[in-house]
Amino acid sequence: MFPDFSNPAEWLPWAFASLMGFSILVYVILDGFDLGVGILFPLADDAEKDRMIGSIGPFWDANETWLVLAVGLLLVAFPVAHGMILSTLYLPVFVMLIGLILRGVAFEFRAKAHAKHKRLWNNLFFTGSIVTALSQGFMLGLYIMGLQQTPATFAFATLTAVALAVGYSFIGATWLIHKTEGELQLKAVDWAKRSLWGIVVGIGAVSLATPLVSTRIFDRWLDFPTAFWLAPIPVLSGLLVIWLWRMIRQMPFEGDRRSWLPFAVSTAIFALAYVGLAYSFYPYVVPDRLTIYEAASAPESLFIILVGACFVVPTIAGYSILAYYIFRGKAAALRYY
Amino acid sequence: MMFEGLDTLILSRIQFAANISFHILFPTITIALGWVLFVIRLRFSQTGDDKWMSAYRFWVKVFALSFAMGVVSGITMSFQFGTNWPGFMETVGNIAGPLLAYEVMTAFFLEAVFIGIMLFGFSRVPGWLHLLATFLVAFGTTMSAFWIIVLNSWMQTPQGFEMIDGVAHATSWWEIIFNPSMPYRFAHMMLASFLTVAFLIAGVSALRRLMGDRSREAKTMLKFGLTMGALLIPVQIYMGDLHGLNTLEYQPQKVAAMEGNWETQSGVPLLLFAIPDEAARENRAEIGIPNLASLILTHHWDGEVPGLNDFVAEDGTPLHPPVAPVFWSFRVMVGTGLAMLALSWLSVFLMWRRRHMHEVSPNSHWLAAEGLPKLLLWVLVPMAFSGWVATLAGWYTTEIGRQPWLVSGVVTTAEAVAQVPTGMVAGTLVGYLVAYGALLFAYISVIVYLARRAAMGQDERANDMSHSGKAQVEALQPAE
Repeated sequence: MFPDFSNPAEWLPWAFASLMGFSILVYVILDGFDLGVGILFPLADDAEKDRMIGSIGPFWDANETWLVLAVGLLLVAFPVAHGMILSTLYLPVFVMLIGLILRGVAFEFRAKAHAKHKRLWNNLFFTGSIVTALSQGFMLGLYIMGLQQTPATFAFATLTAVALAVGYSFIGATWLIHKTEGELQLKAVDWAKRSLWGIVVGIGAVSLATPLVSTRIFDRWLDFPTAFWLAPIPVLSGLLVIWLWRMIRQMPFEGDRRSWLPFAVSTAIFALAYVGLAYSFYPYVVPDRLTIYEAASAPESLFIILVGACFVVPTIAGYSILAYYIFRGKAAALRYY
Repeated sequence: MMFEGLDTLILSRIQFAANISFHILFPTITIALGWVLFVIRLRFSQTGDDKWMSAYRFWVKVFALSFAMGVVSGITMSFQFGTNWPGFMETVGNIAGPLLAYEVMTAFFLEAVFIGIMLFGFSRVPGWLHLLATFLVAFGTTMSAFWIIVLNSWMQTPQGFEMIDGVAHATSWWEIIFNPSMPYRFAHMMLASFLTVAFLIAGVSALRRLMGDRSREAKTMLKFGLTMGALLIPVQIYMGDLHGLNTLEYQPQKVAAMEGNWETQSGVPLLLFAIPDEAARENRAEIGIPNLASLILTHHWDGEVPGLNDFVAEDGTPLHPPVAPVFWSFRVMVGTGLAMLALSWLSVFLMWRRRHMHEVSPNSHWLAAEGLPKLLLWVLVPMAFSGWVATLAGWYTTEIGRQPWLVSGVVTTAEAVAQVPTGMVAGTLVGYLVAYGALLFAYISVIVYLARRAAMGQDERANDMSHSGKAQVEALQPAE
């Protein structure tokens, strides 16, 4: 799992794969919750919609930037893989981009356009969010299937598309539980209860499918004795899901205590699932075709980026935390002053 | 079929051009508008005058809208490299990669995080932090422009690298970043951004005046925009000249196409009009001013200007860019610039000559917005987007002028394109164009709508709270 740290041609690609993996995980969790809030949009009334927007308004832009960083790292560290993956996923990428464009601008337009057009922009906000989530899930499914395009892989990708969209709305609902109160919070609890299955189905399907598709992954997970120290990942995920389910059924707690907990636990579940996935595919960046070591850029170019990243990424983390701190607490409607 | 006769290469080029043209419209506004907002915010901190705060509130909305459009259209760009141009990163990824990575790391996150505080943090953070956030957003947009222009300039005038097995490897990052055309292109683009915003502010403020807006804010911003335009346009013309001389030195074939000059010769006329005919390799219907191109490009009456026929391979393949698009884009850019010069100077002159018309405190002002005739205001309204026209035309000149190369002398556009089925590129291209057309329409309509609301003196507070479902309630109870 770990490279030779005395050889730059080995540890640099490894470091960049880790950094890229980290960015994708942060993206999935952060944009996951704001996409999820968008997917839940039609279920709320007009005043609630404004508060839902208020709960993600100051953050969505920075959240999406993690996607740009992840794709950027793929582009700069593994250019061959970037070309291979994205030209294979040409159409889903296009659909996702249109989705991201629609929801990003709908944020602004719904607040600034004439009141009679607000409903249109609300609808576009929802459409953009769900289209983005579905296409990301679809791409995830195809990637797991080794980027093969057959009716069977499309069927699997459709399943992961639905599961990811429901999973996003789940983490979105847990975010709303934390950021809202009263009627809307009760609704959010209800939405969370109804969408937890997305996580279970998604993780379950991926866990069952990956070893069946690739004997390499099968051996890796079920090989004795590694299977022993890998066992905590699925076991822990299962326990967390059960804990989450019991907790949500009793929410909200008196005095709004621990309203942040469902979001934190879902984050942990997403992270565990992600670590499992990363373990399955390492060291491949294009499944079973291209490893991170084969796809990497020249070490000297990677090194110059890494030097910058060492200073910049902690700074980014710092001021992102500052922003979340400034806009902590229950969401109010957004205003410019 | 609309795309008959078009191959994947040309369709991919059109698609990239469509995406980046749509994208650049919004950074062109946000780069300079960020700084303008910082200045307005600073003036409010210094003077406490309400007119600065109303100006801030109005223009921050335009900024937020433009910023969102820029962000989402920018995400598209980061995918286009992989989906359509894999050969670019495969060949020069070792150089383009770090530059793009630094753009994301030093600029994107800075602007994306602090935009939240800038837009929604006014009542949540201390004044100095809000001012700082405004500054950091402006600084972030400028950093972003810097890195992307470094990369673009390197593609035009590459240096500081060596080719090993067909892949570029960096030898000197200093030479790569400070490549010969970078300082000129960066200055030219920054000025373009400030001019775009100057005319946007002037045009929208003129529209508000025409709609009956008598607020001090609209007058101040009208003067602000026009004065900024009048001061910067001569600087831009001078900078454009320097940029042209730099291009003449490093990319003479581009200048030859801009001038529509086929033969290397001295005493070349400046063509005002011509129809370049590449098949016949000559111009039709030429109208020109004798010797002027030589004078501008060489600063000598009889200076020698390179001709396109010097850039043809032995088998007859042209090694120069397509002539007509470069020739015409260049004229559109220069023409728009001259219109900006004429209008801004005329406006400032009229405002100065009629400074006594100022409705209040006539002695303390050099310029009176009241001095502008209605006709001039009507002309300024469509000029609100003149900066877009000039900026796009300028980019078309320099980008089409780089063809057939993607990176001059290193890799051609044809070598870098992805072998994606033509129908797929065509289909997605149509999709993008439809979305962009609709969004552009919505964007301009909303700016006009915001201007109308402001002109009608609608309660700013209620307007701001249109984010809020409680807007109506709170408008009735202003003293919350």
